[in-house]
Amino acid sequence: MQDDIILTMRGICKVFPGVKALSNVDFTLRRGKIHALMGENGAGKSTLIKVLTGVYSMDGGEIRIEGHDSPIIIHSPQEAQSYGISTVYQEISLCPNLTVAENMYIGRDSAHTVNWKQREKKAGELLDSLGIPARPRQQLASCSLAVQQMVAIARAVDTECKVLILDEPTSSLDDKEVEMLFGLMRELKSRGVGIVFVTHFLEQVYEVSDQITVLRNGELVGEYDVEKLPQVELVAKMMGKDLNDLAELEQFGKKSVPGDEVIYEAQELSSTESKPFDFRIRKGEVNGFTGLLGSGRSESVRAIFGADHVTGGKVKIRGKDVKISNPHDAMKNGVGYLPEDRKRDGIIADLSVRDNIILALQVLNGMGRPISRQKAEEFADEYIEALNIKTASTETPVGSLSGGNQQKVILARWLLTHPDYLILDEPTRGIDVGTKLEIQKLVLKLASENMSVTFISSEIEEMLRTCSRLIVMRDRNIVGELKGEELTQANVMNTIAGGERQNA
Amino acid sequence: MHDRKTLSRGNNGLGQLLIPLIALAILILFNLFRDPGFYAIGISVNNSGNKVLTGNIISVIDSASELAIIAMGMTIVTAATGGQDISVGAVGTIAGSIFVKILKGFAGINIWTVLLGILVCCIVTVLFTSFNGMLVSVFRIQPMIATLILFSCGRSIAYWIIGSATPQIISPIISAMGMTIPGIPIPTPIFGVILVALVLVLLFRFTTLRLYTESVGVNQGAARLNGINPVAIKMLSFVILGICVAIAGIIGTCRMGQVSLKTLLVDIEMDAILAVAIGGNSLGGGRFRIGASVLGAYIIQMLTTTLLAMRVDPVNIKAYKAVMIIIIVVAGSPVIKRKLSQLWNRLRAGRAKVAVQKGGR
Amino acid sequence: MKKDITSGAPRIREPLNDTQLLMTITICIFVAMYAAAMIFMRGGFLKAQQFFDLLNDNAYLIIISCSLTIVMIGGGINISVGGVISLTVMACAMYLESSSSTSILTTLLLALGIGLAFGLLQGFLISYLEIQPFIVTLAGMFLARGLTTILSVNPVKVTHERFLNLVKTKVEIAWLGYTAKNGALIPAKLEIGAVVALMVVVLVYLMLRYTRLGRNIYAIGGNQQSALMLGINVKLTRFWSYVLSGSLSGLAGFVFLMHKPAGNASVALRSEMDAIASSIIGGTLLTGGVGNVIGSFFGTMILGTIQKIIALSPLNASWWQEMANGAMLGLFIMLQSVILMRRHNKKH
Repeated sequence: MQDDIILTMRGICKVFPGVKALSNVDFTLRRGKIHALMGENGAGKSTLIKVLTGVYSMDGGEIRIEGHDSPIIIHSPQEAQSYGISTVYQEISLCPNLTVAENMYIGRDSAHTVNWKQREKKAGELLDSLGIPARPRQQLASCSLAVQQMVAIARAVDTECKVLILDEPTSSLDDKEVEMLFGLMRELKSRGVGIVFVTHFLEQVYEVSDQITVLRNGELVGEYDVEKLPQVELVAKMMGKDLNDLAELEQFGKKSVPGDEVIYEAQELSSTESKPFDFRIRKGEVNGFTGLLGSGRSESVRAIFGADHVTGGKVKIRGKDVKISNPHDAMKNGVGYLPEDRKRDGIIADLSVRDNIILALQVLNGMGRPISRQKAEEFADEYIEALNIKTASTETPVGSLSGGNQQKVILARWLLTHPDYLILDEPTRGIDVGTKLEIQKLVLKLASENMSVTFISSEIEEMLRTCSRLIVMRDRNIVGELKGEELTQANVMNTIAGGERQNA
Repeated sequence: MHDRKTLSRGNNGLGQLLIPLIALAILILFNLFRDPGFYAIGISVNNSGNKVLTGNIISVIDSASELAIIAMGMTIVTAATGGQDISVGAVGTIAGSIFVKILKGFAGINIWTVLLGILVCCIVTVLFTSFNGMLVSVFRIQPMIATLILFSCGRSIAYWIIGSATPQIISPIISAMGMTIPGIPIPTPIFGVILVALVLVLLFRFTTLRLYTESVGVNQGAARLNGINPVAIKMLSFVILGICVAIAGIIGTCRMGQVSLKTLLVDIEMDAILAVAIGGNSLGGGRFRIGASVLGAYIIQMLTTTLLAMRVDPVNIKAYKAVMIIIIVVAGSPVIKRKLSQLWNRLRAGRAKVAVQKGGR
Repeated sequence: MKKDITSGAPRIREPLNDTQLLMTITICIFVAMYAAAMIFMRGGFLKAQQFFDLLNDNAYLIIISCSLTIVMIGGGINISVGGVISLTVMACAMYLESSSSTSILTTLLLALGIGLAFGLLQGFLISYLEIQPFIVTLAGMFLARGLTTILSVNPVKVTHERFLNLVKTKVEIAWLGYTAKNGALIPAKLEIGAVVALMVVVLVYLMLRYTRLGRNIYAIGGNQQSALMLGINVKLTRFWSYVLSGSLSGLAGFVFLMHKPAGNASVALRSEMDAIASSIIGGTLLTGGVGNVIGSFFGTMILGTIQKIIALSPLNASWWQEMANGAMLGLFIMLQSVILMRRHNKKH
């Protein structure tokens, strides 16, 4: 058994300014095994992988790899590769304009000239032996995403590869393509490659993996054999079952009682990114969309806000038929949306805190009615005070604030428009605990003031604390709706995990 | 509370003007030491018998007018799209020829035909820049490449409009517009700059365009999620540029009394981009200061006039301009900025350490 | 599951990729245009010499199109090429005139040296100081043009004997010639510059296709981030692309001098735009990563043919030339935009 171990990481620590990303994490990989690395957002999976591939330097711990007697220190991805550690990322990092064969060998040959025939022959043999349906001379862009992914894997394993890291390789593939990829993974496994498989899809973990390591909040939860860990327990371990924050819960006010008026109602709403779904929310209600990452929870709320191209469905607001085909339509109808990716979709980094706060209200006011400088300052000051935003001045570029304060600026932006219905997609992600609590309290306060709120979070306690109704999603479908007494941790997890494997 | 207000003033982005103001100060001081007579302003009588102010300063401000006007429009396009329109010179020539064509279509030139000419000229020019705008915003072609089309054939379109004759337009109104209005000794183009600047100031004062433009320039996706239509904002920036180009084209035409297809606004696209960059505006889009670009335009003209006063051959000025561009962009390059701030931090850390050691003793 | 798709199957003909597709369109347009000229314009177009003149007149343009293609494939731009040509032509002309004993080889080295110097400087500023290529090469253009006039405002005619002999030296191909009215056989003549240009096309083609540097240039143009992940030294590759581009501009200057042996401040004015247009027409994608010097060669030939047709017609030459260039450019930019959008849509 001991001989089978090809990689051990012991007591890995990694600290970023202000955050402990990894503390004392162990990880062991055995030859010819597929080892799933699981955890919700911010659990530390990608940090662990980046430490292993030399993208980050570690602040403590040791890495040993088979064939080297002493612990190794990895400084760069190239160095990792020389130890036999290759990585294939979620975003395909190949060049679409080159051929398949080129993508497999470029940047690795030391020769100054290219022997196309030889290169294509070598590539063809490798592709054949791995059963990858790509031709060496084919332009990469003409392959499907799955095949591109597989070409990336072929490139990774062509070198002396002992450890193959697959970072969410399946997130943009359909079922058939996933099957193809799994075929390839099993083939590599039979050749003795150890595979680290990072994914959010539970079904997939149970389909191919041999072992599972679960991380949460930068700490190791444990290592398990797949057969011995039922799906529900896995979900529980990922989300953290222990509710040690009971005292905190007490502080929270009562959940508000929703009124009767339906503020927003959608039938068969669908967008380019989401499957058709029905949804309604009442005045003063706080509801949540839950499910693991990639379950379609964010895509659904984006469809509600018109952020993606809406392809079908009927929408009623306060009982009146309305057409929401872009964000401006939604805003005019009193809907606000705090996006999941704060940096990409939320803040306008170079602009001042003040401009960021008044942006949405300004757009609603229209081109010809600018908010005066003085008024804007007043608004900004008011919300900086109300939400306790820590900024040097209203003039500071928002990009220079901390994550939590950036999030509060975007919240302020929407609160200033006094929406009837506010969608908050992961408002507590990547921010400190104190701010998280502040935001949750704010949500309850807003609901008590008759605002409807949709709240999405990876942390289930947060949702249980704030939401009076939870919509559960899995694989881009709504699989359940929980309310009242049904809102318990166990129920939510069961629904997320699905009934199938509970007794495995 | 009070602290925040004071801080806000210091943080107002005036730092952007630091490099251009230093450049201008150096030029002014240089001329002062070289020849104080450089700044002499006199009054003379021009060909049409008007009294006019003369002197290098007046000539700098006067001859930079077209550049300053186009630089203003270029600033807005740059802010919204993160790219530059290189067809402004060619399109300005089209504007000039439309203007001349219309005036030639009437028997006599009076104030009404001139106004009609200006109006039609603006509309047609905006159509041309909107073509660029469409390629940029709808087809998502990089601005420089998209505007390459009109850059390469704009002057030929002007030729096609006006024919080979390049007719002279002689009229007191035209010379008043291009040179001076009788009784006012200040060259008229300067008023053109002031007018355009005033209109833009009012536009940005009484609409939300600045916020929209900057938002689209910084983060197009986030702007869209806040209800702004990036395509419309980019188009609008090209429309504004179109009007600036039309006015610059008309001023240039009136100055010479004819459309000179080969020399009207020639190379102005390069100078306008340079003015935007010298003013410290990011060529990658986002926050902008129109005033800074105007300052940049006057710096370019000041450099030119200084060199001319030093009897440098006009054709050689490009070389000096190039050296200036390189110095300014290197000073503003991200790598140099990073290196400097690292150096600064190290120096500060060093000083802090010394202080600690001293304190220890 | 295995072996059902590729193995054992005979070598499949790949469908045209983007580069080949755009290039094929360009070549077809060129052939069609030239054939139409032969049919409707007759006269000169029926002689092989017309085609050779096309090469002779556009030799320098062919070279700078290659120079532009290299940097554009790498996702950059270089608008200093015309300026570098004018500077090279002027410097070489003055050097040749400085004494009758100056060697032609050192003149060639001077030309290449000037180009190399510009390439090194611009490459450094763009790759290592991360300044936008447009601004850097704009400054390069101003600098080169300015230095040209600083060298001499007046035209400098070359009277250097050996060099003029070189200018007169032409490759004569008898069997492509024609018989003049007086019965003398006039062979088709190809200037040395044109031969050099053709060699440059072949060499750059081989460089881009068969060397590591060439492939790396494609990779950084295709996706800079990916190229970095694939282990390519992006900065160094970009630096070399500008060095090559600069050196080729110097060579183009020398070729220009061999075609018209006189230095002049307005030499090759706006030729950078013609070169960019040639590259785009030849199928170099605006966004980088796709392109081919063979296509750029035909792009230049298309522009040259239009010029010849217009020159032979009663139209006012230069204006119509510009109009046609603009229209061509617009057409191909649209075409590329459509291809890009199609590819983008396929991904969703």
